[in-house]
Amino acid sequence: MTATVEPEVGRSRLRKEDARLITGRTRWTDNLTLPGLLHVAFLRSTSAHARIASIDTSAAKTKPGVIAILTGADLAEEQGSLPCAWPITEDMKAPPAPSLAVDTVNFAGEAIAVVIARSKAEAHDALEVIDVDYDELPVVLDLATAIDDADLVHPDLGTNKSALWVFDSAEAGTGSDVEEAIAGAEVLIERTFRQQRLIPSFMEPRSVVVDPTGEQLTVWSSTQIPHILRLMLALTTNTPEHKIRVIAPDVGGGFGGKLQVTPEEVVCLLAAKRLGKPVKWTESRSESLVSAHHGRDQLQKLTLAARRDGTVTGLKVELLADMGAYLRLVTPGVPILGAFMFNAIYKFPAYRFACTNVFTNKTPTDAYRGAGRPEATFAIERLMDELAAELDMDPIAVREQNWIKNDEFPFTTVAGMTYDSGDYEAATARAKELFDYDGLRAEQQERRRRGDVVQLGIGTSTFTEMCGLAPSRVLGSLAYGAGGWEHAAIRMLPSGKVEVVTGSSPHGQGHETAWSQIVADQLGVPFDHIEVLHGDTQISPRGLDTYGSRSLTVGAMAVLKAGEKVIAKARKIAAHLMECAEDDLQFAGGQFTVRGTDKSTGITDVALAVFAAHDLPDGIEPSLDAEATFDPENFSFPHGTHLCATEVDTETGHVKIRKYVCVDDIGKVINPMIVDGQVHGGLAQGLAQALYEEAIHDETGTLTTGTFADYLVPSAVDLPSFVTDRTVSPSTTNALGVKGVGEAGTIASTPAVVNAVIDAVRHLGVRDIPMPCTPMRVWSAIQGASTAESGIRGEAGGGLGSIDTAGGSR
Amino acid sequence: MIPAAFDYVAPTTVDSAVRALAEAGDEAKVIAGGQSLLPVLRMRLAAPTKLIDLGRIPEMRGVRDGGDHLVIGAMTTHYDVQRDPLVAEHAELIKLATDTVADPQVRHRGTFGGSLAHADPAGDLLAPALALDARFIVSGMDGRRTVSAADFFVDFFTTALHQAEILVEVHVPKHTGWTAHYEKFQRVAQAWSIVGVAATVRAEAGKIAEARIALTNMASVPIRATAVEDALIGKQATAENIKSAAEHAAEGTSPTTDGNADPAYRQHLARVLTSRALTAAAGV
Repeated sequence: MTATVEPEVGRSRLRKEDARLITGRTRWTDNLTLPGLLHVAFLRSTSAHARIASIDTSAAKTKPGVIAILTGADLAEEQGSLPCAWPITEDMKAPPAPSLAVDTVNFAGEAIAVVIARSKAEAHDALEVIDVDYDELPVVLDLATAIDDADLVHPDLGTNKSALWVFDSAEAGTGSDVEEAIAGAEVLIERTFRQQRLIPSFMEPRSVVVDPTGEQLTVWSSTQIPHILRLMLALTTNTPEHKIRVIAPDVGGGFGGKLQVTPEEVVCLLAAKRLGKPVKWTESRSESLVSAHHGRDQLQKLTLAARRDGTVTGLKVELLADMGAYLRLVTPGVPILGAFMFNAIYKFPAYRFACTNVFTNKTPTDAYRGAGRPEATFAIERLMDELAAELDMDPIAVREQNWIKNDEFPFTTVAGMTYDSGDYEAATARAKELFDYDGLRAEQQERRRRGDVVQLGIGTSTFTEMCGLAPSRVLGSLAYGAGGWEHAAIRMLPSGKVEVVTGSSPHGQGHETAWSQIVADQLGVPFDHIEVLHGDTQISPRGLDTYGSRSLTVGAMAVLKAGEKVIAKARKIAAHLMECAEDDLQFAGGQFTVRGTDKSTGITDVALAVFAAHDLPDGIEPSLDAEATFDPENFSFPHGTHLCATEVDTETGHVKIRKYVCVDDIGKVINPMIVDGQVHGGLAQGLAQALYEEAIHDETGTLTTGTFADYLVPSAVDLPSFVTDRTVSPSTTNALGVKGVGEAGTIASTPAVVNAVIDAVRHLGVRDIPMPCTPMRVWSAIQGASTAESGIRGEAGGGLGSIDTAGGSR
Repeated sequence: MIPAAFDYVAPTTVDSAVRALAEAGDEAKVIAGGQSLLPVLRMRLAAPTKLIDLGRIPEMRGVRDGGDHLVIGAMTTHYDVQRDPLVAEHAELIKLATDTVADPQVRHRGTFGGSLAHADPAGDLLAPALALDARFIVSGMDGRRTVSAADFFVDFFTTALHQAEILVEVHVPKHTGWTAHYEKFQRVAQAWSIVGVAATVRAEAGKIAEARIALTNMASVPIRATAVEDALIGKQATAENIKSAAEHAAEGTSPTTDGNADPAYRQHLARVLTSRALTAAAGV
């Protein structure tokens, strides 16, 4: 009876969701069709800043198949203002954010009218003949000059500055005064880094279907946040919350890009309500690139104070963060998530962070994988390399001199965070070994001596991050509009099978597999006997969804708590059935065993007995089902050491990644294969920021990287084979001992790559190259031209971007 | 991302395709593999009212031996060109450039002739066709005529094809025994060339007897690097001689500015990449 079963947790299981995803047997939102379905197409502004003088829809209304055309004026009364849930300061300035622009457009790509037609093709044909007259307004594009308020994005606000958010360790009592540290510094490293604007580029384009024909409005959306969306749609459109059901079916990636309440969701809901018919909208890729929210986009002015022996003494961070034209769901808070991470793993005695959020006439920014933390990590890890270069020290030695030692955990940082556990020494030692650090350093020296055309560089990133969003009380202290808990339920079916309901909403993370592994071990039921349900507010009524690497550390903890309640209930009944005291029972492998005997009963037998309910103890309800809501007591602080070797072709500026090693410490691991997948994907996105991706606007505010021919997302061919490994410092703040991993690769890798590029050519006089490190920028830097962008702005390269727009191809 | 409505015909002979094109007038376009035209249609950058699909014309497909030259049907896919033994033997430069075109999906749909007639200066097959002095056989209502590579490419996305003419096949003079290399410089694998260099040489007794070099994306049309060729011919195939000849690579070029490169950088790349292409082609 007590056969030893291999634990599920820790097994590299193939994901149970993959078969349906890979073979196309699932249904994405765009695959859904309903009787009488109508199709929605959006007319988008071609101007970045203009008053709408007139919109003439008369010709479009006569086009075949057109059912209705709505403009912002038509919806002005009912569309409300798109929600911003994170007013970071009491005096934060926020403009109204209509779903359809009413009288002014503030970025190119903003929706201004919508056609509803019988077919998608007819809707798009009608878009062609809508005539919009714009009175152009001055366009505000550049962060650094926007703060002068010469031209205003929103004249009613009187300024382009939305808010100033400050953390100062002297004022907070977490450290000393940074200005004193700077005044007394033996070494000052002052740098300005640009975090270029990125586009999340999820694989599945956004899609919305709204069915108004039932008692409830049913909304299917390719979203990360069905629960938040339901509440926000109710509040924004003044629809009773209980009359809205939101379903996120299988969702093809998000990376934060689908952590949003979108204009398209609001408009589809209003259109369906108005017409009494179901409607569908699915974006094209170019529509997605211009209108889905962007990420990053900061100007970082940094001052690091240190002693000549390499000890850091202070860090001052002054940020300008580009909000774009509007504040979306968490736009203002994204840079603030970085406020606690610039100090990273180092023991800075003094720290000041001041961030000015700025409006421009560009697509709004919001969360993108890492959200605030990649920007912080890039800055500090680049600075540590610069400090090492300044002092002629090894970059790893400088870090080690300053980082929190393993025996110092738990450690409260200068930013007021308490890191629960970590072992920077172990991760770094392992990474150096896998990388052959000394061997590559020797090769680098040899190539320098030889004056090789191809120079070798080594970049380091000993990152940490804060994730697992989030303790509700901390979110409250940061003025965030909601809590950070997560909900789960476990339902014991009469046949012994188990349904796990989770409030976090997967879109590629593998919740179904990981949650099944956890519950299989906890309840002692086979992996295949567990079904994980999610993503439908009717099936999983409570939840705060998936972002910020929170699903495992918060969502799975709720599952674990629900499981504990199930076991507790079952224990009472098992004791009753076996006529013993509860305390005499031990539970393992799915069996309640009377201590010291071979008498036992399985939890699935208890489930059947509960279903029959023929013989239950007095006062016990006939159900084992349980729910739990888990609110974490702390963030999760994964860390790791990433080492990158690049080969830089000094004749062309081309960068090749020769080797990439990362040793991550994410605490205990549920499924190593899923973790490897997360790390690989994260590295690809971090690397892409370092070398390839950049959203570029021309001087009129038009996005010139408007297709994947110009916005360069690397593919597998462009990436190296990653060497990944782990060290394990279990989290002490959750019972699973786990830390988040979804964003780690992205956060850590960007500075490792850029550090490596600089390291390859530092001996030629280069000390910075703006991201992405394109061949021309690298070559120009080597030429000593400057670290500026060499005059290249506003035009995309080659490909479709170079097609003659007047005549197309001839 | 939905094209405007258009009529569609798929003739099965060149003559009927030409007739259909002539009848349809200015608003018609021919579609080959669709790898360039379809994105343009889907973005509504063009809205022809009629598409004439050349995909069902057997005589336009395949490679055959024409004696002193190869005949490459305009509708031969990149995939078929890559694997054709005649191309490998007599026009290796075309095979090597075709290997670098986009990705396997595109190479299965896209065609040799479609790419040339599209005349994107960043396209990879234009320079090899020019380097090898290919002749373009075009068919119109008045019959067939032959256009030299030098005359075929007129401007950005513009060729010598008249409105009612179709590129039927390309005659590539045999370069048997020549060695070749196509040096492509790009940011990611499926991006267009920032600069490309097509080079092929014939060596005799360690000397460069003949050299043909053409540049991708260094002007509105592909251009021959004749100054480099002249500087090489008769010289020993050494690294120094190649490097010194390649210094002439940017002469006569007029490259454009885009997000990837400005003219000065492109001209620098042309010199560096020409040197590398020749080094590889000559096996130095």
